[in-house]
Amino acid sequence: MSGVALATMLVALTLVAVLGTAVVLTADPARQAVTLSVFGLALTVLFFSFQAPDVALAQLAIGAAVVPLMVMLALRRVRRQR
Amino acid sequence: MTRRVRLIVFAAAAAAVGVLLVVTVVGMPPFGNAFHPYRDVAVAAAIAHQTANVVSGVNYDLRAFDTLGEETILLGSVVGAAVLLRPGREERERTEVPEDEPPLQAVRLVGYLLLPVTLVLGLDVVAHGHLTPGGGFQGGVVLGTGLHLLYLAGGFRALERLRAVPPFEVGEAVGTAAFVAVGIAGLAVTGSFLANVLPLGTFGSMPSSGIVPLLNVAVGMEVASGVILLLAHFLDQALRVERR
Repeated sequence: MSGVALATMLVALTLVAVLGTAVVLTADPARQAVTLSVFGLALTVLFFSFQAPDVALAQLAIGAAVVPLMVMLALRRVRRQR
Repeated sequence: MTRRVRLIVFAAAAAAVGVLLVVTVVGMPPFGNAFHPYRDVAVAAAIAHQTANVVSGVNYDLRAFDTLGEETILLGSVVGAAVLLRPGREERERTEVPEDEPPLQAVRLVGYLLLPVTLVLGLDVVAHGHLTPGGGFQGGVVLGTGLHLLYLAGGFRALERLRAVPPFEVGEAVGTAAFVAVGIAGLAVTGSFLANVLPLGTFGSMPSSGIVPLLNVAVGMEVASGVILLLAHFLDQALRVERR
């Protein structure tokens, strides 16, 4: 394995650990949807660097777009109710 | 359970998981080495069926039955969410949805530019699932998500004008049924459910790998419809449904 590949993997792993912690530490659900989306992007980079492009593609669409969008829409509904 | 008991239970479980993790990691083959027994078997099996994308060969040929199970889980989740999100007795649907503030011009421009590109990319990922990374699931998710660039760029009304819900309900059902139909064809012809019944073709060419592209299209249709239906119900709840 090349040094560049190994370095990319380590950077991606670190990013996932840092951003995952950031998601947990975000208290406000609306802001959490945004940090969750960025975390999803970091996971995409991780999967790609570990040579799983098909998983990365699914993660990009589901984790970085669909799930945060569902959280945002659910929040909007809950807030309108109040 | 008091906080103290919870902490003790957590500490015991965490210690056990920690020990197992360490034991497992120590016993694992070294990172990035050439010993891959599963790869050797899976790649040989995929090449025997002229499937260039081995991952698709695994998902839609070697263990297509598991994929059918996963697809059914998605179908069940979409139906479950639709049932939960339908308007209740004390709620009603507004016929006229107030339009949001128009998005930034830059968002509109990028949204309308990327919409056709994303849809073509999604179709490409589904169509070449047996040749290049991706496949029915990935392509379907790209298609289902990409359509909502229309919501970002043009608002809810633009989305509603081009995305009627009933065709996607049909697509969800037909996609799942098509997967089962391919399986039954295998049962009828060879005696095994989901066994290959089509000519295998030439390795790396568009018509190759037998039933794999067919299953990719079925899954692509089901997943794209599922994502669109799921988001449609969430959008309806967020924008349309209100208390009586």
